[in-house]
Amino acid sequence: MASRLLSALKKSFACALLIAIALVIYFLFPGQLPLAARMAIMAIFVMSLDLVVGYGGLATLGHSALYGVGAYAAGIVATRLTGDPLIGLLSGALMGAATAALSGLFLLRYQGLTFLMLSIAVSQILQNLASKLRGWTGGDDGLSGYSIKPLLGMASFDMYGKVAFIYCVVMLLVCLFVMRRLMASPFGLTCMGIHQNRLRMSAMGNDLNATLLKLYTLSGLFAGIAGALSAQTSQIVGLDSLGFELSAEALVMLVLGGAGSLYGAMAGAAVFMGIHHLASSVNPYHWLFIIGGMLVFVVLVPRERWLAFVRKPKGAASHA
Amino acid sequence: MLITGWRNKAGFLPTESNAWRAMQITNILIDGVSYGMVLFIIAVGLSITMGLMRFINLAHGAFAMTGGYLAAWLVRVQGWPFVPGVLAAVLVTGLLGAALEVLVLRRLYQRSELTQVLFTIGLTFLFVATANALFGPEVQLIPLPAWLSAPVNLGVRTLPMQRLVVVAAGVLVMLASTWLLKHSRFGVWLRATVDNTAAASSLGIPIQLVYVLTFATGSALAGLGGILGAELMPLEPYYPLKYLVLVLVVVSVGGMGSIAGSLVAALTLGIVETATKYWASSYGSLFFFVTMALLLAWRPHGLLNSASRLKS
Repeated sequence: MASRLLSALKKSFACALLIAIALVIYFLFPGQLPLAARMAIMAIFVMSLDLVVGYGGLATLGHSALYGVGAYAAGIVATRLTGDPLIGLLSGALMGAATAALSGLFLLRYQGLTFLMLSIAVSQILQNLASKLRGWTGGDDGLSGYSIKPLLGMASFDMYGKVAFIYCVVMLLVCLFVMRRLMASPFGLTCMGIHQNRLRMSAMGNDLNATLLKLYTLSGLFAGIAGALSAQTSQIVGLDSLGFELSAEALVMLVLGGAGSLYGAMAGAAVFMGIHHLASSVNPYHWLFIIGGMLVFVVLVPRERWLAFVRKPKGAASHA
Repeated sequence: MLITGWRNKAGFLPTESNAWRAMQITNILIDGVSYGMVLFIIAVGLSITMGLMRFINLAHGAFAMTGGYLAAWLVRVQGWPFVPGVLAAVLVTGLLGAALEVLVLRRLYQRSELTQVLFTIGLTFLFVATANALFGPEVQLIPLPAWLSAPVNLGVRTLPMQRLVVVAAGVLVMLASTWLLKHSRFGVWLRATVDNTAAASSLGIPIQLVYVLTFATGSALAGLGGILGAELMPLEPYYPLKYLVLVLVVVSVGGMGSIAGSLVAALTLGIVETATKYWASSYGSLFFFVTMALLLAWRPHGLLNSASRLKS
């Protein structure tokens, strides 16, 4: 009982911390709001990747496919139907989930490297299609020139990015809450079980493919939300939102923060984007030195070891 | 993804006659085969490290770039003759691969796949940044000597000699690596080491040396591919990231560790990509990836591996 209370406290503490950070950024660093909004979007995307990689154990390098279709769906809805942000968000989420479900039917029949390569193929096929369908997507020039109506009919998106920031942070909290509940549910535990031992889970009567397909579809839903948020706040969708680089970067963020933990995914996204912002303003190639060095460091010096330096020795022991 | 160098040269006959079509198909086959050969030379080393040594080396493209950059530097800046310059570049790339293997990579063989992926991506980033720091963001050209750029008449079409050399080099690499793996003493050692490291070691096989040599050979071949393919895949700092996917596709479609499979995959995909450039260039690399997905879905363990030979 006491431990349960403690863990509940810990969880609400994380949420409170997140809100506190958001408030600090909002009031103390108003110039950095667009960057912070992008961090929140990336955090949602990396958490959605974490569902697949960290919980489901499926290494993918094609996750940008789900982000990109969400972004394009929101952009196309805003261009052709309505500028209402919530409808756009919903359509992005649905498009991401539908793409994940359809491609998952095909992808999830494979494992390991084959899955990885086929996930790359799916995202590349979608990227080439988006480049071909100029009429809908704007092709190489990207989709832009649409306007987003005020949020809930009240708060219009301002040039300082205040509304966009609040919108993204609220969505981040909502996504975090839903994903956390999801992964603590029997369904989430089943996914982790499949990650640990497929044979045993299927012997226990689980339908592995159905479970993983559900997981992949849910992940697509959140990736679609992230894409739609990015389309609405930056008001442009480019072909790079479907690209290989985005998938690879998201994977890097996830592993920097620690796969299998939603908070780790968020922290990884924030740290990566923060360093990217600082370093690439100096020179885009220097940024590669830093991120490359970080990756090499993270692998050569395991997380447990450097966490032991940061935390007290007791905390590090429980992490091993 | 990009074929910048060898362009469609069939535009001079405007009518869609049968002769024109036949010639276009010949052109596609010729260009596709030479493109496929470049892909094969780069991919074969990766196929061996991934298939036999079970090490996922995403920095393989970086070795191809290193070979190309070194050749460009030696031949263009230092004024070396072409052949010694290329040989030295290939050799140095192999040595660099060996050094990396000895210093770090061998510690990663026992780690998880994700760890290997991340480390080698990080290494690739470092290579990209270093290439830019040393040579700047421009495309590096390797000047060809006269005998390589001279046209050769094949009857159906005149080609630059360079392309024939590429195809010949591809065939040579294929034969040499097959012989090395299947028939040489070294191949026996390698296969024994991979099958059972402990037993191989206790039989007196120098397993660490076998791993270093294998890795160095793979890197050197990547360097050779980078040099030979420099016209097709321009050498610039982002080269290792840009062509990484292409090479991985060839390796996975061909089946990891299968040299003949890699060749078939490289040629098939090279021809598909070239045909797309000729007939439907607005689709980009769509058909390349569709073909890849279909082939991989049909034979997840490699074109020439039947499904029964799962995990050996």
